[in-house]
Amino acid sequence: MNDLIQNDTGAPENVSRRLLLKSAAGAGLLLAVTHSGNLFAQAATPAEAVEAVKYGGDSMPGGLVDNPLVFLSIGADGVVSVICHRSEMGQGVRTSIPMVVADELEADFKRVRVIQALGNEARYGNQNTDGSRSLRHSMDPLRRVGACGRMMLEAAAAAQWKVAPAEVQARNHELVHIPSGRKIGFGAVALAAAKLPIPGRETLKMKQPSQFRYIGKSDVALIDGVDIVRGRATYGTDVRLEGMVYAVVARAAVVGGKVRSFDSAAALKVPGVLRVIEIKSTPLPAGFNPLGGVAVVARNTWSAIKGREALVIEWDDGPNGGYDSVEYRKTLEAAARKPAKALRDEGKTMDVLAAAKKRVTAEYYLPHLAHATMEPPVATARIHDGLCEVWTSVQAPQAAVEIVAKHLGIKPEQVKVNVTLLGGGFGRKSKPDFAAEAALLSKAMGGKPVKVQWTREDDLQHDYYHAVSVQHFDSALDDAGKPTAWLHRSAAPTIRSTFVAGAKGLGAGEMGHTAINIPFQIPNIRIETPEVEAQTRIGWFRSVYNIPHAFGVQSFVAELAFAAKRDPKDYLLELIGPARRIDPRTLGDNTNYSESPERYPIDTGRMRGVIELAAKGARWGRKLPKGHGIGIAMAYSFMSYVAIAIEVAVDAKGAIRVVGVDTAIDCGPQVNPERIRSQLEGAVIMGMTLAMHGEISFKKGRAEQSNFHDHVLLRQSEAPHEIRVHLAPANYSVSPGGVGEPGLPPVAPALCNAIFAATGKRIRQLPIAQQLVPL
Amino acid sequence: MTTLTINGKAHTVGVPEDTPLLWALRDELGLTGTKFGCGMGLCGACTIHIDGVAVRSCITPISAAGGKQINTIEHAEHDKTGAALQAAWVEAGVPQCGYCQGGQIMSAMALLKRTPKPNDGDIDEAMSGNLCRCGTYTRIRAAIKKVANVTASTGGKA
Repeated sequence: MNDLIQNDTGAPENVSRRLLLKSAAGAGLLLAVTHSGNLFAQAATPAEAVEAVKYGGDSMPGGLVDNPLVFLSIGADGVVSVICHRSEMGQGVRTSIPMVVADELEADFKRVRVIQALGNEARYGNQNTDGSRSLRHSMDPLRRVGACGRMMLEAAAAAQWKVAPAEVQARNHELVHIPSGRKIGFGAVALAAAKLPIPGRETLKMKQPSQFRYIGKSDVALIDGVDIVRGRATYGTDVRLEGMVYAVVARAAVVGGKVRSFDSAAALKVPGVLRVIEIKSTPLPAGFNPLGGVAVVARNTWSAIKGREALVIEWDDGPNGGYDSVEYRKTLEAAARKPAKALRDEGKTMDVLAAAKKRVTAEYYLPHLAHATMEPPVATARIHDGLCEVWTSVQAPQAAVEIVAKHLGIKPEQVKVNVTLLGGGFGRKSKPDFAAEAALLSKAMGGKPVKVQWTREDDLQHDYYHAVSVQHFDSALDDAGKPTAWLHRSAAPTIRSTFVAGAKGLGAGEMGHTAINIPFQIPNIRIETPEVEAQTRIGWFRSVYNIPHAFGVQSFVAELAFAAKRDPKDYLLELIGPARRIDPRTLGDNTNYSESPERYPIDTGRMRGVIELAAKGARWGRKLPKGHGIGIAMAYSFMSYVAIAIEVAVDAKGAIRVVGVDTAIDCGPQVNPERIRSQLEGAVIMGMTLAMHGEISFKKGRAEQSNFHDHVLLRQSEAPHEIRVHLAPANYSVSPGGVGEPGLPPVAPALCNAIFAATGKRIRQLPIAQQLVPL
Repeated sequence: MTTLTINGKAHTVGVPEDTPLLWALRDELGLTGTKFGCGMGLCGACTIHIDGVAVRSCITPISAAGGKQINTIEHAEHDKTGAALQAAWVEAGVPQCGYCQGGQIMSAMALLKRTPKPNDGDIDEAMSGNLCRCGTYTRIRAAIKKVANVTASTGGKA
């Protein structure tokens, strides 16, 4: 173990060599003496016990934990260690979590370090790092962790000085006796503090937002920033263990396929190849099970890759061997043109449409997308003394524990998952099929450490793809150009099909992604989802079904505005209507991202606010040069409000250049505004990529794209030179919204609305690719 | 056995001569700052310098590097331009996941050594071989320009 340093709880301090500070674990603790379960688990509090329905983090596996003894320890030298129980994939959570705790603790951030948690939801509560929920769910519990620690330190100092606890205040890593001015450092009373009772939640004194030192401030440097730029940070692919061997796997290209026979003779002659091992296929549904195939284990990755090239395998493609994107599009279109199950139905939409004088119809097609994280999936496992230990870059370490235990036939308690930095996630690394592969191969190698490295070709061929879809819209306009009816059919394979064989039709939660929960002031609304069967692994991709739904809704609103001869921004605002708070259940959305409808109403005032912010940034309404156009789009997702205005320039050859981007977010409270900005900037680039280039297509059950020559990502030369991010003022009186995903859904429709404004050409299928002919 | 001079030190590796430098660096020598992203020279995550020129180590066999000076991201901090870029990267908060950033910095270093005051076209040309899925391009461009300006305004000191 040369790169990973263990701490006393067994959690790997696996990223930052700054952890080699002299004060590292062992220098005497500390709040972390023992812990006796989730003392502060929210579900256990009387107030919430009466509420039968659980929301937010409480509704997640493992719930929420706010026990300071779990998350916080303080060394005799005063160094504060904070557990990060979510995975770092670029969103900055390893910086933001300690910021929250340190703030309430009154710690000096320079003396705070972060320790990455093992996958252990019984101990840490929910660890899923997806759904834009890390801080949305954990901000309040983490504030309580910090406040608890602060009050325990204050009480310990008061006891030592024999003064009233109310006379002692924590201030910047010291305890101060206010009347006398006497001071003592955190470290000097940490051990005594740890022995005190933990204050009850109702007795906690939380800071007022005006007292925050770090929350909402932008001057905290990224905890891993220096290690990253020096090439010293440890990602999943960088794990090195004594005696480790390397594997690549030839997997069934078609989901549900399996190996019929194989010949390993040539592969075994490749220098460096050690073994060839078959991985048995698991029957569908795919779940997080490893795909079947043949693994080549070698002394290094290159030998394994060369060995795999020499394998001769005959495959049985199974039931999805005919999957063909051209044919599937026809299936989706046919489904989208027929009445289907309605998840929201107000008024008499079909009758009004049938009788309409002016009717506008549009259909949008969005293909499958691949996550294409820069670090392809990778995992390392070893088995010793009945314990399987895994090092990997996963967004859901508990899911990795469970799938490894299942495939090894051992108990979850016998699996230890160490979370490294993730070289990108975007939802792909929530699905830990690769962790199970590493565990199975280690077992086959007698417990030897095995690293399974996916190549880019593997990554694009074996993704859990973002769903392909057809979005069908139909509307009637009155004489004033206002819609009197709105029909939206979303035809797409459901993510549930990955877990439930044959599942068809989008679920309520999936349709709650900008389809059924639109707050438009239209008297007749009908939202449907036809049943279509998936033929590959469908998985969540950053912002999930908000991508096709926001693209459809926000493109179609602009199309209606054009039909009504209205300014698209004014028209969008008019559809949203005046500022009000809407209970999502009244719109037929009983899911609401699993959040409480009371804590998280749909706030049209906040929608209007971000639209105005983006429009102002773009100086909406100004005269533009020839070939330029500005488009606008808004989407509410993961409890945050984002609007984007994009200015494009389209040249005589039909080439698109994005010359201006104004993206505005209202996410309520802000922990790390600097990282909110970077997430929004990144979402613009990812949104441009999917709009301009993103597509995975299938032929004979196989993805047709294999690497970055035919699966194009936006490059520096295509990227805007500036992205203006506008943050609505932080608002701590509302519950936190997500940040990682909400920036993405409005990008593609804003871009296509801009292209329409510039050229009059309406883009109804993505990617835009070569659709723009010379003007 | 092939002898390679990496970051100023001689190393010997006993792997076939067609082995890409990427895997020799990472698996045989433990220099993991150089990342694998595509294996086809399409993403730039594996960018290193051979005799000062930015190359993709995933498609460069070790046989092509014998007797040459190989530098990796682990060595960048010992170079004035490299250290300046790293500082600018941290100050601008460029990295998100960070996986591609070593390669980005190696490409930027090669650019600034060749073209101390690059214009946007120079940056496009030098940096468009480096993909970033998190989308940090605007900050990368800004950080390069910042270092280039500092270099100019202080008479070559970076």
